[in-house]
Amino acid sequence: MKQLWELFRIFAQIGCLTFGGGYAMLPMIQEEIVNKRGWATDEEILDYYAIGQSTPGIIAVNTATFIGYKKKGVLGAIVATLGMIFPSIVIITIIAIFFDHFEQYQIVQNAFAGIRVAVAALILNAIISMWQNAIKDYLGIIIFLLSFSVVAFLDISPIWVVIISFLVGVIIKGKKVDSK
Amino acid sequence: MIYIKLFFVFFKIGLFSIGGGLATIPFLQELIDTYGWITSQELLDIIAISESTPGPIGINAATYVGYKTSGIMGGIIATLGIVAPSIIIISLIASYFRKVNEKPIVQNGFYTLRPAVIGLIGAAGFEVFKIALFNIDLFAQTHNFLNLFNIKAIILFGVILVLMKKVKLHPIVYIGLAAAVGIIFKY
Repeated sequence: MKQLWELFRIFAQIGCLTFGGGYAMLPMIQEEIVNKRGWATDEEILDYYAIGQSTPGIIAVNTATFIGYKKKGVLGAIVATLGMIFPSIVIITIIAIFFDHFEQYQIVQNAFAGIRVAVAALILNAIISMWQNAIKDYLGIIIFLLSFSVVAFLDISPIWVVIISFLVGVIIKGKKVDSK
Repeated sequence: MIYIKLFFVFFKIGLFSIGGGLATIPFLQELIDTYGWITSQELLDIIAISESTPGPIGINAATYVGYKTSGIMGGIIATLGIVAPSIIIISLIASYFRKVNEKPIVQNGFYTLRPAVIGLIGAAGFEVFKIALFNIDLFAQTHNFLNLFNIKAIILFGVILVLMKKVKLHPIVYIGLAAAVGIIFKY
């Protein structure tokens, strides 16, 4: 029960602090789940993201569900997800009731211009620390660069990147094992 | 019964929008045409509000549309509807994942998949980076190279990076700090 409450609380906190979708959540997940509690490793989080990206549903929710399941089974999955959506329900309902055109308030716009800068810095920081654990050779660097470029500049769907890079590993690494 | 209908319409959106919050938008478009639950002006508002509040965009949009159609209960039910497929599908995958993950063929796949996911995160970060630190629209209008850089934002970005290197604080501290700086110095 105590663990379930902790799952709910942590994901509610993460949901509260996620500005701008699934990938912006990564620094929070890393801090709370990997660094502070050791519930998952950097590599596992990347695996969950890959799966969350290529299965139905919102990435942030899928990742929360995955971590909840790992910790406490189906009940953990449900509780983590409910935690994740709880702040949205409260905040959006309050805005819908009390504010017309919330996003047009000058103070909101200024705050968000600032927050976006912090989110950019946090994502950069998360990438650097993940890099050390997940990119181990030139093949990794090449795959990183290709993946970044096709999605950032060519607008190719991330799902293709996930499928193809997985197959590359199966084929190339599989051959190496055979030749030994 | 509007609640049941809300739940299943959003369940369907959760089931078919693969890959993140913005993928839900074409489906929200359908809500206008098929159900008339919101207008297209409201959809634009929803996207703008979702992007300027915490929480995943898809979730925020579900809560907002649900509230607009049938009040607080509607907001809760629509949101539960959009996450229900995730809970079912991910729980199934996660239960299977433990057994499959040990296999060498899967380990090999993940070995090259992880750098690719970091690339995806990098691409998402790059979008934020462009909007946060550069004035691409202003540059396109004026063709003045100096207009391209949002100097105030770049200074804040540098300060945050240095702070992150020197003193490791919780991410919320940087977000709070940046929001305060944004308001005080009119970003």
